Formats: sequence, structure tokens, C-alpha cells
Amino acid sequence: MPESAGPADSLELDKHRPHLVKFAMAQLRNATYAEDAVQETLVAAIQGAERFAGQSSVRTWLIGILKHKIMDHFRRQSREAPLPDLEDETSLEDLDARFKPDGHFLENPLHAPGADWGNPESTLSQSRFFEVLEECMARLPPNTARVFNMREIMGMETEDICKELGITPTNSWVLLYRARTALRECLQTKWFAGERRAED
Amino acid sequence: MLTCKDASRLISQRQDRALSVRERLALRMHLALCAGCVRVSEQVDFLRKALARYAGRDGSSDPDR
Repeated sequence: MPESAGPADSLELDKHRPHLVKFAMAQLRNATYAEDAVQETLVAAIQGAERFAGQSSVRTWLIGILKHKIMDHFRRQSREAPLPDLEDETSLEDLDARFKPDGHFLENPLHAPGADWGNPESTLSQSRFFEVLEECMARLPPNTARVFNMREIMGMETEDICKELGITPTNSWVLLYRARTALRECLQTKWFAGERRAED
Repeated sequence: MLTCKDASRLISQRQDRALSVRERLALRMHLALCAGCVRVSEQVDFLRKALARYAGRDGSSDPDR
């Protein structure tokens, strides 16, 4: 981490490229778009290098720029075309099928006493966990992923997401519920119940 | 009385909107009695934390240096 602001080359921006591409891929799901967003980010970073205050790590600063570039992409996209096949993902049918007709849980390891996820801090200190999280996010259906990323990664308010994408609040809540349900199930299987945790 | 199905939806929605007083009370009562939904709620809270860390929004260091 640099001690103070300096010229771009002392920040070794290119070193962060692979991480930035991975981050962009998780949001954009398209290698060309991801490369473009990262390229724009690095150009912006070089131009603004003297504004880098050194209060955060270089990577955090770059991710901050990259998020804006990703948002720009989403804005352009939603202006050009509405979300495709929205109805498939805003139906509650398959989500409700996780419950008995009386509304109680079906047998599911996620609610059993074994599904205690333990101390969050110790999980979040393992870099391998974030790779699994990325894998799980990559499996979300496209509209669900888009809304969830805007909410949780960009940190946007639901109201603004709805305006941006032209969807109703009810639809946004179902998509976010769908994302959280799928991610909980995926993390339970691929991390919390498996050996990966033990490997670290 | 809320079912687990209703409670699960509200657990997710309270991350995205302000629940009404009635919804908050009903959810609190349900959580007092249902260990399964308490786990769901903890998992949903954990997700928010994990994503904030992933996105570098929680002011901590990078997840993978």
C-alpha cells in the first residue's frame, strides 16, 4: 500500500487487473464487457492517480472506480432493452415449493441445527470463501443476479434499482428473495457443509 | 400467526424496505418460537456482510490481498 499519493506507475495498477476482471465478470457475465470496463477503469485511474489519497488500498480504490463503470454499462443496457424473461424469475412458485402446503419448512439441511454457519468473521477472513461466493453468484439467473448485484454490491436502494430497470418494487423483492435463497443453498452445499472450509 | 414461508419472505424484505409495525411484530413473534427461521435470518444477515466485504464497501481490507 502506498504511503501517499504518487504518479500512476508507483501504484502498479496492472498488478490488479486479474482481480478487477474477475470482479467485473461476476457482475457483467460477459468477457468483452468485463475487459472494457476494466480498461476504462485503469485509464481513469491513471488520469486520476494524483487524486488517490492513499487512505484505502489501491485495489479498493480501483474497485470503487470499476463499480461506476459497471453501473454505466447497466444504465446503457436498460435504456436499450428491458430485462428479458422477467416473469420466469419473479414467480414465487418454485420458491414456495420449498415449503409444505401449510407454510412450514420441508426437511432441509439449511434449517437444521447443523446449518449453524458459525462465526461470520472467521469465514470472511478466508479468501477461498470469496471464490466460492463468486461461483455461487455466477449461477444466479440473469435478472436475479442483476438486481442482487445492484443492491448488495453497488449498495443501491431498492427504489432506485426499480427506477433504473423499470420494474415494480414487488418484483424487486421477489428477485432479491430468490437471490438470497439460492445463495444460502449454494453456500451451504459448497462451503459450510463441505470440506472446503476444512482445507483452509 | 406467520408461517415459515411468510417469515422467510419478510426476513429477506426487511433488508430492502421498512416493514410495517404489524409485520415487524409478527416476525419477531415468529422468530421467538422458530429456530429454523432464526437460522435463515442469521444466514441472510451473513450474506449482506459477505457481499459488503466482497464489494469493499465495509471499510475493511480486501478479502483477498
